[in-house]
Amino acid sequence: MSIPLLTILGRMTLAFLEAIGSVSAFAFHAIRQAVRPPWYRQQILRQIMEIGYYSLPVVGLTAIFTGMVLALQSYTGFARFSAESAIPNVVVVSLTRELGPVLAGLMVAGRVGAAMAAEIGTMRVTEQIDALTTLSTDPFKYLVVPRLIAGIVTLPVLVLVADIIGILGGFLVGVYKLDFNDAAYLRNTLDFLQFQDVFSGLVKASVFGFLITLMGCYHGYTSKGGAQGVGMATTNAVVSASILILTFNYFITEAFFAR
Amino acid sequence: MASPKISLHGVTKSFGPKKVLQGIDLEIAAGESMVVIGGSGTGKSVLLKCILGLLEPNTGSIQIDGEETTDLANHDRARIMRKFGMLFQGGALFDSLRVWENVAFGPIQSDGMPIDQAREVAIAKLGAVGLGREIGELYPSELSGGMQKRVALARAIAREPEIIFFDEPTTGLDPIMADVINDLIVKCVSDLGATAISITHDMASARKIGHRVGMLHEGKLIWQGPVAEIDHSGNAHVDQFIHGRAEGPIRMQVRKL
Repeated sequence: MSIPLLTILGRMTLAFLEAIGSVSAFAFHAIRQAVRPPWYRQQILRQIMEIGYYSLPVVGLTAIFTGMVLALQSYTGFARFSAESAIPNVVVVSLTRELGPVLAGLMVAGRVGAAMAAEIGTMRVTEQIDALTTLSTDPFKYLVVPRLIAGIVTLPVLVLVADIIGILGGFLVGVYKLDFNDAAYLRNTLDFLQFQDVFSGLVKASVFGFLITLMGCYHGYTSKGGAQGVGMATTNAVVSASILILTFNYFITEAFFAR
Repeated sequence: MASPKISLHGVTKSFGPKKVLQGIDLEIAAGESMVVIGGSGTGKSVLLKCILGLLEPNTGSIQIDGEETTDLANHDRARIMRKFGMLFQGGALFDSLRVWENVAFGPIQSDGMPIDQAREVAIAKLGAVGLGREIGELYPSELSGGMQKRVALARAIAREPEIIFFDEPTTGLDPIMADVINDLIVKCVSDLGATAISITHDMASARKIGHRVGMLHEGKLIWQGPVAEIDHSGNAHVDQFIHGRAEGPIRMQVRKL
């Protein structure tokens, strides 16, 4: 009984290590291609629009409601200790350091990562990627590199917007529901906010942008079979990107703030 | 025979335990049109992909114009790819691009041709396969299967390649449209003076577009000869295949009901 269990565990471990190796090799190859010309500027701009502009509504909505809920929940807790004045501080630090990048990352992973895996996966199973090669165009440079560059560049901008909208959400609840003085709320927010809070969030956003696009491209590029293979690639892209976002979030936080 | 345009010696390719190609030897002269026939799963598409460099053979030599291509670096591979055009079985048109952009893709992205000039080239190539300028503004999903094949053919010849591959060019088309595509292939290959390899199940197509025919069975090229001799090959496998008989040395692997 113990031997089959060990066999299963061994196979799972090997499969996990193989997957890590495969993703790492894919990422390494993509980075090597990214630093060498030619660069397809039209593709990069198109992906920046896809990732940034078209994600704004969903990220904005997520941010404003998160900021509002954060202010409301902080109030119910802090009121017990007469610490209501700390609410602007909690809202701004939570949003810029953690919730802005993580929630924007997760929303973009769901929207963009899935779409990338589906698009590239469909191109793989319909031989469009092979067709690129026969037209002397490196599929890595044409499909993968523009998405990676767009993800790394665009996510920080998206997170910056999410930070501002989230803080606005907290402000609206603070001023119009919890009866804070608007000037005092803003002063508290700005006084407490440090450059490192925003900077760490933007670094996280850039890393998350890389991870989301890497997972979308990797799972799409390596998808097999027909519609089922593409569906599986889409699911795997979203799940793996989400897990990696949460994992890397911890390590980046530790790098910036651990004492 | 003068120095062959394409030359394969002892090419093998396996996927895990499955041996798909088992020592292919083949030489194709410049300007010759070779048709490879064979049942499904006999390795025809794998053979094309190995020559194109989309798959790496396990052993053997593949030479284009006398240059070994199995171990090329990326930039050399790109140079060799410039000689090729390929018509894929399903067309493989880029569905996010309009028809003219598909045809002009190679000239613009790979050859650096200005867009206006590439657009005129694309429209000329669409004209060569019987499609009007207005079709160029449509997306591939708006076209019928036959029109998609024509667009794919226009894209394959857009860069005026020296070698063109046709992967099941008439599969999924009605007999009349299949004959139209066959005529277009013959015309395009002849106009360009290109060397061609086609893979097909369709014997009418094979007879029309090929100068020479080879039959692939269980990963081996079991017969090859001029297309005129295919009816007198003396090979039982070839006879069974070209007459489409269920009985014969080729056994389909199906379970009994």
